[in-house]
Amino acid sequence: MLTLDEVKKLGSLARIELSSEELEQMQKDLSAILDYVEELKSVDVSGLEVLSQVTGLVNVQRQDEPKLCDFRDDIFANAPEMKDGYYKVKAIL
Amino acid sequence: MFEYLELSELRNLLDTKQISSVELTKYFLHRIKSLDEKYNSFVTVTEDVALAQAAQADEFLASPGENPALCGIPYAAKDLFCTKGVRTTASSKILDNYVPPYDATVITKLKEQKSVLLGKTNLDQFAHGSSTETSAYGPSKNPWDTSRIPGGSSGGSTAALAAGLCPWALATETGGSIRLPASLCGVSGWKPTYGRVSRYGCIAMASSLDSMGAVAYSVKDLIILANVLSGQDPKDSTTGHKTANFTVNSDIKGLRIGIPREYFIEGMEAGVKAKIEEAIKEMEKLGAVIKEVSVPHTRYGSLVYAIVCPAEIASNLSRYDGIRYGLSSKEAKSLYEVYAKTRDAGFGDEAKRRILTGTYVLSAGYYDAYYKRAQKIRRLLVNEFEEVFKEVDVLAAPSSPNVAVAIGEAASNPLFGYIADQLNIPSSLAGLPAVSVPCGFAAPSDGGSTHMPVGLQFMGPQWGEQAVFNAGLAYQSVTDWHKQRPKA
Repeated sequence: MLTLDEVKKLGSLARIELSSEELEQMQKDLSAILDYVEELKSVDVSGLEVLSQVTGLVNVQRQDEPKLCDFRDDIFANAPEMKDGYYKVKAIL
Repeated sequence: MFEYLELSELRNLLDTKQISSVELTKYFLHRIKSLDEKYNSFVTVTEDVALAQAAQADEFLASPGENPALCGIPYAAKDLFCTKGVRTTASSKILDNYVPPYDATVITKLKEQKSVLLGKTNLDQFAHGSSTETSAYGPSKNPWDTSRIPGGSSGGSTAALAAGLCPWALATETGGSIRLPASLCGVSGWKPTYGRVSRYGCIAMASSLDSMGAVAYSVKDLIILANVLSGQDPKDSTTGHKTANFTVNSDIKGLRIGIPREYFIEGMEAGVKAKIEEAIKEMEKLGAVIKEVSVPHTRYGSLVYAIVCPAEIASNLSRYDGIRYGLSSKEAKSLYEVYAKTRDAGFGDEAKRRILTGTYVLSAGYYDAYYKRAQKIRRLLVNEFEEVFKEVDVLAAPSSPNVAVAIGEAASNPLFGYIADQLNIPSSLAGLPAVSVPCGFAAPSDGGSTHMPVGLQFMGPQWGEQAVFNAGLAYQSVTDWHKQRPKA
C-alpha cells in the first residue's frame, strides 16, 4: 500500500495539485492497480529484449528544409495570455 | 429513410442524383437534433461546416467524372481528431475551449474525398476508459438500452451509429476502444494494424498503441474506409510503407481460423459464449478450417497494459500545462501553480489516476521493476502471436466477455477498463489488426430484460487486414446480425 506521502510526491512530479480527499482516493486506487500487476513479477523474462514499439522502424529522417507556417494566428488564438506576440507566463526566477 | 444505409447505397443515391449531399446532410442533422438528447453521442454538432462541405460536394458531384468513394457522404469524428477551426475537446475540461489550428491527416484525407463532417462524437476523457463514462460531458447511452453503457472509449461513435445518426464514424483504439463499443452497440468496427493509419493530428494517449480506425454498418463499408484512411504519412514517422488496396472477398474456403482457448475466460456470460460458438459453426459451414490454439500469456496482456499505457499517458499528457492552449488556472500565483492548479481543475479522475500510475512506474527506483519488465513481457506476447499465426491465418474470439453493463457499474472500480478489454488488449499490445462484427444478442447477467448485442472479433497478423476482412465479410454474407437495429 502506497503512503500518502508517496502519492503526494507523485502529484508533485506530475504537476497535479490534489485535494486531501483526492490523495486518499488515489492512494487506494493506485495501490489496487499495483496489486493487480503484482503477478508480472513472477514471469520469467530472462533473455527477453524490451519492446517499445512494434513497427520495427528505426529513426526516420528527412531533409531539414524550413517550410512556411501560414497559420500562426490560428495557433495564437488558443493562447490563454499573450503580450506583444509572446506567450505570457508567470516569473520563472 | 436514409439512416442505416450502407456506403454503396448512399453512393448510388448521390451518383444517380436521387438525393443531394445537402439534403442528405440536413436529414442527418435533423435526426441528431431530435434524437441525440437520448444518447448524448455528440459533443459538438458542426451544422454550418457540414452544410458548407455538403454544398461543395454537390458542386463536385455535378461536374463530370468519377466521384470519390465517400464524396458527399456525411460522417462523424470521435472528438479526439483535430479538426481545423472546429472545437476539439477529447471530452476533457482542459480542452473545453480548444480550437485546433490544423487538421488531422485522416480529416485531410476525408476533405479530399469531399466528405461531410456532421460533428464530433463523445468519448471517455482522453480515451481513458471502456465505457464513455469518464467524459466531461456526461456518458453516452447505449441505444439498445439507454440505462447501459455503449462501451468505450469510442462510445459516442458507436452509439451514434447504432441510433442511425450518421452513416459511419471515425474511432480509435489503444486497448480495445473500437472493438469493445462496436461489440456492445451491435455495429462493425475496424482496428487497423498499428502504423497502418496516420496518427498525426489525433490527440495522443499511448503512442506505441494508438490506432486510428472506424465503425460502420458492415465489413464491406469498413473495407471502403480502410482504403481511404490508410497510408504512409511523412507527418507520422510510425506509419509503415504498406499500401492499402483491400478487395472485397468473402471466399474463406480453407481459411485457417484459430480459436484461442484462453479467450474463453471463466466468468464469460453464457449467452455470449453460445453466440460465439454458433458463429464459429457458421464459419465452418463456409469452408473455414477451425483449429483450437493456445496463447498462454494472454492473461498478462491487461497487466502489461496497466503499466505501459499509463506510462505513455503520463508522458503525453504533460503537454497540458495551461501555457499555450486550453484551460489555464486564474487562481495560480506561481508558475508551479499554473501547472498544478490547471491540471487539477482540467483533468478528470481517471486521467489523474493514469498519470499518477504512469509517473510511479517510470520514476527512479521503479522503472526497471515495472516499466522495463512490462515491455519485456510485451515482447513475449508479440512472439506468441507470431508463433500462432504460423499455424492459422486468423484468430476468432469474443470482442467482450459480457454484454453492456449498466451505467455507473464502472465508477467504483479502477480496474474496470483493464478487465473489460482483456480480450482486446493483447492484440493491441502486439499492434495487430482486428475487426469486430455483431453476432447475436444475449441476456445480461445482471438480470436486465433487454437482450444486448454480442460481438465477434477476428484478429490477424501484423498487416494482415485482408484475411480479417475476408473472414468478417464471409460471416456477414450468411448472417444478418449486422442489420439488426434498436427500436426507435
